[in-house]
Amino acid sequence: MTTATTLDKTPIGGRTERARGRGGGGPAPKRIVVAYGFWIFILSDMVMFSALFAAYAVLSGNTAGGPTADRLFNLRNVFIETMCLLLSSYTCGIGVLAAERRQPARSLIFAALTFVLGAAFLFIEATEFARMVEIGAGPSRSGFLSAFFTLVGMHGIHVASGLLALVYLVAQVIAKGLGAAVLRRLLCWSLFWHALDIVWVGVFTLVYLMGDYH
Amino acid sequence: MTNNPEHVFEDRTPGVEEREPTASYLSYTVGLALAIVATIASFVVAQTDLLWPPGIPVGLIVLALAQIGVHLVFFLHLGSGSDSTNNILALAFGVLIVFLVIAGSVWIVANLNSNMMPMPMQ
Repeated sequence: MTTATTLDKTPIGGRTERARGRGGGGPAPKRIVVAYGFWIFILSDMVMFSALFAAYAVLSGNTAGGPTADRLFNLRNVFIETMCLLLSSYTCGIGVLAAERRQPARSLIFAALTFVLGAAFLFIEATEFARMVEIGAGPSRSGFLSAFFTLVGMHGIHVASGLLALVYLVAQVIAKGLGAAVLRRLLCWSLFWHALDIVWVGVFTLVYLMGDYH
Repeated sequence: MTNNPEHVFEDRTPGVEEREPTASYLSYTVGLALAIVATIASFVVAQTDLLWPPGIPVGLIVLALAQIGVHLVFFLHLGSGSDSTNNILALAFGVLIVFLVIAGSVWIVANLNSNMMPMPMQ
């Protein structure tokens, strides 16, 4: 702690022109270090998703005489799903800001909103999947549908595990309060949630909108 | 709070303690507005003839990239500040790998497809 103040002339937390965390400007804040580690994890997750996107792009034409994208997808539902996820990203960000300002009630309300919107997204997606399997367009029908269920299903699994993690974090906020460590976990969770929304932008563009266009 | 086991954990986290809010409400609200505009534009472009029809896929890709940029800047707070430099370098590497995997797969398989013998059943 003392090295930080001797090396860096500006007070900790103030704006400094020199880059911190790389020698000259003193050590980086814990928040930055932890978020960087989590960012590396998110990027590795993106690389995993890129393989699934590549598989979908390659297989999307292989319908094996089965149903095609423009006959299967209901763009109105996809739009509602997209809005649910986008709004939940917003409420998640607002909730973390409230937590950083030490307003536990407000942050819990926004966490609840985030959970409801995320659950609504999952519900619409699950109904859609069930309907497709019912009309004989399950993952075993064609290469196109295998790739579709793998890509969209993997995103759905991420959303579901994000919701579980949110419940776990809310329990921590209630039990331990908004300590520094709990705040950093909330920050990492919000990074994960925003990253899922970025993946969804790729999904609705490549799978739903371009599939409808073909 | 000092007897909390949490405290022992905190001491092992690298870096210095700092209580500085990461972003403002305004940043999220602007980001949400821009993202909603990009989303609606994507859905409109895909379902109408607003764009020249052969250009629709390109338009959709441009709108998606724009929205991803909005998310990165306004939600994930990647900026030009010194705190973001490492994250942006890592992101650049991630984008490179994602590009290689997707473009490489599409390229190779398109090549294989065009070199396939015609299937007898088709």
